[in-house]
This record gives sequence, structure tokens and C-alpha cells, in this order.
Amino acid sequence: MTTKFQAALDRVTRVRGVRGAMLVASEDGLVVAESLMEGVRGNAVAALAASLAKRFHRASETAACGVPEFLHLQASQGSLLATPAPSGMLLVVVAEADINVGLARLEMRKAGEAVA
Amino acid sequence: MNDDIRALSAEVARDPASLAFVPLSEALRVRGQLDAATKVALAGMEHHPNLADGHDLYARILADAGDVEGAADEWSIALALDPRHAGAHKGLGFANFRQGDLDAALEHLELALAADPTDQTIVQALQTVRQIAQQAAAHPAEVPERPAVFAGLEGADHGLLLVDPQGRVLAGGLRAQSGHDVAEEVAAYLAGVSQEAERTARLLELGEWRWIMAEGERGHLHLSAPSTSALLLLARDKSVPSGRLAILAARAAEVARRWLEAQTL
Repeated sequence: MTTKFQAALDRVTRVRGVRGAMLVASEDGLVVAESLMEGVRGNAVAALAASLAKRFHRASETAACGVPEFLHLQASQGSLLATPAPSGMLLVVVAEADINVGLARLEMRKAGEAVA
Repeated sequence: MNDDIRALSAEVARDPASLAFVPLSEALRVRGQLDAATKVALAGMEHHPNLADGHDLYARILADAGDVEGAADEWSIALALDPRHAGAHKGLGFANFRQGDLDAALEHLELALAADPTDQTIVQALQTVRQIAQQAAAHPAEVPERPAVFAGLEGADHGLLLVDPQGRVLAGGLRAQSGHDVAEEVAAYLAGVSQEAERTARLLELGEWRWIMAEGERGHLHLSAPSTSALLLLARDKSVPSGRLAILAARAAEVARRWLEAQTL
């Protein structure tokens, strides 16, 4: 199982501009698998990313926009991307600010399918 | 005092732990003798604290006395003891209706009917609440008066919302596709997002966060912070491409920034 998760994360981290990726349990924000650069506090990031996703989930459903399929946080020096993955997981990607979001998103979707 | 009440009183006097306290108290309630009904109910519940019927009965006495909140508490206890208690669901349907929560009222009445399909009073109550809910949906409540900060911008009053970091609406408006005003609710969900986004960006050494976009099944949300004291949310249906959403958001953020500055002058 771990190999399957790792292979999915590797697929995403091969995209140019991706600094790291992780699979997070959406409900409690715990890291399921990660492939992050050294020094990043994966647990803290996972918890915050899951919490952000949860807030947007509620806001999006209330505003009749439906379940969020893709979340993109843009910062001055990088981006955080997230998409729901099977079994109540969230695939979170940390990337450069100028990443090709369309490509990253495509690979994230494929990675999500691969861990199903 | 009719014969039934006399017989039940005698039964309870002979055996204070008798379950006859339920019909006795109910009979007194129906006659409007609420003090006597309360006394009998509370005395009986001392012997049967986990009897759902007892809590349902006491709730009805409280409701008759005008204490709907207290009644709702008792019906909630009854449901905790017996999740399929028709009387408690019916009671909570009534309490929620009185409190203006039509969705919750409908839910409880439907559960009450499922538990007791023969009760015509539930059928009637359900019909009444459904009619009122349909009327409310056809004529949504007036939206509170909010500053027309985004006048002239696309979606000014239904797809552009300015909120403070505590989740309170500052300006603009947000409506679901049904026309229902969801501004306050969505604003509440966004409380704290700014700090979380800031913390996430800091932990990842991403610099200052600029915006967050959520692409949903039916629509997109775009959130930015035109100032440290406000968040701006744009909501659009899925036909609006995310790139265009970003342009609209930048335009609205500029308008919001000017308005916020004017407020602090």
C-alpha cells in the first residue's frame, strides 16, 4: 500500500516546479504518505491544509458551488494545491509560484486515481 | 375531577413508582391544570428518569406553559433515550417551527411520521410546515441592508462578499442558485481562513498568501485579502473560467480596498 502511495506521490513530484507532495487524511489532517523537501513540517502543513480544505468544502457547498474538486492557495513565493483523493484522503502539493497549474492538476488527478 | 383522573390518582397514591403518572399528568395537562400536571410528572420521573415518555410528557407541559426552549430540551432528552420516539420528534418539529427553523421542523416531523404513520396530527403538521416552507422559498426573506460597495460590478449583490476576519459580513451579498441568502453562513465558515492561510504559507516558506481558489462541482470560489482586516469572496458558476474569476477578483479587491480605506479615515 505504501509503495502505491509513494508511486503516486512520485508521479506528482516529477512535475517541474513541484517541491513536494503528500497524502493527508481529510478528516483529521494526519499525514498518510509524504514526499516533501527536508525541513518542512509535514504534520503541521497537513493539518492546516486539511482544515483549509474543510472550511472551503463547507463554504462551497453552502454557496451551492458543490464539493470542491481543486483548491489552489497562491502565495508570493509558491503555491499550495489540493484535490480530494479516494478513501477520504486529500492530495496536497507544494509548488513554485510559477508552476504550470494545469499540468500539476492533471498529474494530481492521475495520482488520485492510482491510489484508488 | 372525572373518573379516569380519580382512578389514576388513586393508582399513583397507592404506588408512587407506578407508570400511571404518565396518563394522569397528561390528563391534567389537557384540562389545563399545568401546575398539578408538572407536580405529577416530576414526581413520576424521579422514579423513572430514563423514561422517554416521561420527558415527552414534561416537554408538552412546558410547551403549554410557553417555555418552548425548556420543552425542546426535554424532547431532546427523550430522543437521546429513544431515537425513534414519535412524540419527541413531533415536539421538536413544533419547537423548531416556533423558532423559525423550517428545515429542522420538517426533518423532525418526517421522522415522527416514519415512527408513527397513523398519527393524523403529524400528517397535518407536516402539510402545514411544507406549505409555509414552499412559500418562504418562493419569497425569500429580505436581505439585511448592506453597503453597496460593489455597485456596478458583476454579481455585486449576490456573488461578491466582503467579510471581516471574525466571519462577519461587511458588505456585498451572496446567494445560492435558489436565491436563498447564504452570506452570513458562508462568512462564518471563512472566519479564521486568513490566519490558516498565513500560517500554511509561513510553514512552507511560500511568502505572503495572495488568494485561494476553490473549484467546485457547480461553481468556483475565489478568496483574497484586500486588507489585513477583510476577506473578499467571489462566487461564480462553473461557466466562468478560473482566469476570468481572478480578473474579476482583482477588480473587486481594488474597489473593496478603497472602501475600507475610506471607512478608516
